[in-house]
Amino acid sequence: MISLAGRDILHAWGKFLFTGMGLGLLIGVTLSMAGIYRGMVDDAEVLLDNSGADLWVVQRDTLGPYAEPSSLYDDSYRGILGMPGVVRAANITYLTMQVRLADAAASADVRAMVVGIRPDGPGHPGQPGFLVAGRHITRSHYEAVADIATGFALGDRIRIRRNDYDVVGLTRRMVSSGGDPMVFIPLKDAQEAQFLKDNDAILRQRARTAQNRELNRPGVPGLLDAVIASQSTNPYVNAVLVQIEPGADPDAVADPIRRWKRLGVHTKAGMREILVAKLIATSARQIAMFLVILSIVSAAIVAFIIYTLTLGKIREIAVLKLIGTRNRTIAAMILQQAVGLGLIGFVVGKTAATFWVPFFPKYVLLEPGDAVRGFVIVVVICVLASLVAIRAALKVDPAEAIGG
Amino acid sequence: MDRTDQETTGGIRIEGLRKRYGQGDTAVDALKGVDMQVGPGEVVGLVGPSGSGKSTLLKCLGAIIEPTAGRMTLGRDLIYDDGWRIPDLRALRRDKIGFVFQAPYLIPFLDVTDNVALLPMLAGRPNGEARWQALELLQALDVAHRAKAMPSQLSGGEQQRVAIARGLVNRPPVILADEPTAPLDSERALAVIRILNRMARQFDTAIIVVTHDEKILPTFKRIYHIRDGVTYEEAGEGRGFD
Repeated sequence: MISLAGRDILHAWGKFLFTGMGLGLLIGVTLSMAGIYRGMVDDAEVLLDNSGADLWVVQRDTLGPYAEPSSLYDDSYRGILGMPGVVRAANITYLTMQVRLADAAASADVRAMVVGIRPDGPGHPGQPGFLVAGRHITRSHYEAVADIATGFALGDRIRIRRNDYDVVGLTRRMVSSGGDPMVFIPLKDAQEAQFLKDNDAILRQRARTAQNRELNRPGVPGLLDAVIASQSTNPYVNAVLVQIEPGADPDAVADPIRRWKRLGVHTKAGMREILVAKLIATSARQIAMFLVILSIVSAAIVAFIIYTLTLGKIREIAVLKLIGTRNRTIAAMILQQAVGLGLIGFVVGKTAATFWVPFFPKYVLLEPGDAVRGFVIVVVICVLASLVAIRAALKVDPAEAIGG
Repeated sequence: MDRTDQETTGGIRIEGLRKRYGQGDTAVDALKGVDMQVGPGEVVGLVGPSGSGKSTLLKCLGAIIEPTAGRMTLGRDLIYDDGWRIPDLRALRRDKIGFVFQAPYLIPFLDVTDNVALLPMLAGRPNGEARWQALELLQALDVAHRAKAMPSQLSGGEQQRVAIARGLVNRPPVILADEPTAPLDSERALAVIRILNRMARQFDTAIIVVTHDEKILPTFKRIYHIRDGVTYEEAGEGRGFD
């Protein structure tokens, strides 16, 4: 038996192809939306993996440096280093801001997460895991390693607050949970950048402090200078990243730190939960809504197209029924056409998504598993969408072929 | 011997066929006891004004609707008998009844060969055999040279010949032709009737031609008139085809 659906598609291939392309673009958008969600999750995973930490020690009762503000003294790490099971501990600061080239002529700036690290070299917590060009930060000031997504190049001079930094290394896929590329700078510079005030504000603060009798006592020389000095420095970091002994239980290491240091500690699993289930949960629901709407729109389009195509063949269907074609043969023809349309749409959509995804500003991850799930959903949608047309076709009276 | 007088082993015979639409006070008797017999190889005309029951009779003959009462045999097969009917009318239409319509109604997405071969394929015959069977018929109807053409590439006459081939391809004992010459001029209409006569003789098929077309009436040897749900037989001129 010949394939009636195949012959019809071949006969009207232009109609099917262009309809399939339209549907395919919609499917491509749907796959891209799924890819955006996957990219967000992957960004979160990458952030955790690239930090090189097993534990995040943060301000007590906060969710850590990525989800909530956290500050703790920058000497906290010394005590943490002495806790059982801890191998390495390093201060770290995070500050999301606009970073631009120091060259005044270059007006473009980049949204980036500025990460303050101790220049301890690779392998230490918080360090960029690998470089694609250049070297790691070796000096305590004014050097930077940037993710290539910032667009900066080796040798570029970038401005963060009032200081300029030389880009000495480039890394890849070092991003914040929001997908912003990272720029690593020395910890001291980052601490300063976090709380740096403009000159007028500093002058006003000094004047206010000098006018405060409690802080400017005539009988206590040096007190005012000491107070002003303490106001001008930032002894805080956002977190201490901790590496534990191989094979050690993270919770077993975390508990004494919580108990004796009275700090908040999050394990990798806990941090993943915070990032995925809390930080990007709303975005994920937003995307899920889009996916549902796009799926409904796709189903409606397929149903409408197949229904219209079927109505256009009512006379032929009546003839087919009159000459003894089984209902299931006619239903199969419509079903195959709907699925065929879905297949064309899926191929076009997958190809289009693969083509346009690299142009998205943030990371979009098209997972093969999502493609398979998308394919199954497309087929199911096409099958469901064809039911209306099949119902219409099966209701056709064979007598319509002979009139009367 | 007159075919209509013999106890045929082919052709179609109906006796006392009745069809009632609706029930109670609103019931309408479209057929009020129709008798008709068409022997194998015979072509008869069926004429009647609008509302005479012509379409209802055609649908009953074509196993599209069931009569309320009466008897119908097709060849040696009993189809209807006072409320009883054979179970599979769809298979009956596929295997035992050929249809030729006013317009050819060819399937636009199948080429000429597959339009004709579709019926044997639906009956379960292998594609190759079905196509061979179709080509034989197309050859007999002088359209084999258009075997690979699509219906839209054919002239009106060619399309109608392909439609006749489709009606004949399963070698049905009866063909119902519904106004097959309506859209054609006199010359082409007579050509179609000539073909139907030839095919009827060649394949021993009974052909019933429903028509309003006065120019082809003289070609039938017998004509059934239907009026108010009752048929009357009339001897025709039967000109020109023997």
